[in-house]
Amino acid sequence: MSAGSAADDLLTAARELIGKEQYHEVGEFPVERGYVWTSCASVENGNPLFWDDEVADALTGGPIAPPSMVSVWFRPHHWSPGRTEQALPLQVHFDLKALFGLPEAVMTDNTIEFHAPVRMGDVLRTHQVLRSVSDEKTTKLGTGRFWVIDVVYQNQDGDLVAVESYTGFGYVRDAAA
Amino acid sequence: MSGVVTPRLLLDDVAAGDALPALEYEVSATTVVLGALASRDWRPMHHDKDFAVNRNGTRDIFLNTPNQAAWFERYLTDWTGPHGRLGRVTFSMLGSVFPGDTMALRGVVESTEVDETGCGFATVAVTLSVGEDVKTRCRARVALPRRADDNPWARRGDQWRPAPSAVDPTPDQRG
Repeated sequence: MSAGSAADDLLTAARELIGKEQYHEVGEFPVERGYVWTSCASVENGNPLFWDDEVADALTGGPIAPPSMVSVWFRPHHWSPGRTEQALPLQVHFDLKALFGLPEAVMTDNTIEFHAPVRMGDVLRTHQVLRSVSDEKTTKLGTGRFWVIDVVYQNQDGDLVAVESYTGFGYVRDAAA
Repeated sequence: MSGVVTPRLLLDDVAAGDALPALEYEVSATTVVLGALASRDWRPMHHDKDFAVNRNGTRDIFLNTPNQAAWFERYLTDWTGPHGRLGRVTFSMLGSVFPGDTMALRGVVESTEVDETGCGFATVAVTLSVGEDVKTRCRARVALPRRADDNPWARRGDQWRPAPSAVDPTPDQRG
């Protein structure tokens, strides 16, 4: 088999995953206010929506989490009993690096669309969807491929909470670089 | 809605070209570590200077992406008030922010619109800079009330469309 056809086969294998839901996960803990306040404190966010129950009741029907925290609810604890491996967020990204044999990678763009507000006590769930894989490209970093992965967040009722899209570039450093 | 809150900013108060007030902040090691832990990011380059320098090749620990998202949200809602509802944000990371840096967030309104459901939106281009260097670019689409009794947070289902209709829904176009 030629190198060209092997590369074509890998690309075909990757593109067969496009649009398929992968890595369904459920958050390890319910959304809670202590973390909301820690996040707000970290950036000195005094938005009364997160600190004043009267305002939250009036505007959002009760306390919600800052929308930008959506991915926070999915990062696993640094340790939990019985766990032997650290879960990797955005596993599809690492799968593609391995599939194409690309040792380096960067995330170039990140887009988040916010839907239903995240409320205290919500237990979010997520899955990943590969949206695209480019042909081989050469940039100043090296030669590799761009891919777009969506992370879809829903609450326990199945309501869409957010869609986060990552554009990654997996690559091999050019020998001359 | 009760009268407990009146909107700080209405869509009609905003026009393309308007500049948001700048926010400057002196970043310390505490800023970086607190931001990383607040976003449950335990990776050592955000709290261990030795790791950051010797393994990542950076000059120090640096702000993580989710915490920068929180900074952008704070910056935007400082401007809109609590009625402002984020619809969509896009980031491009260009460089790192380290302890000792004074970061500055600046924003300019690019456009305003009323979507097909009647919801008002402003699109704002925001930069996070250190000195002359832009470290992160962000474009945010944020819903604003059109009247004193309007509340973007009350929108649900088909009445809430966070992405502009002009955006091609194919993911290759996102970002």
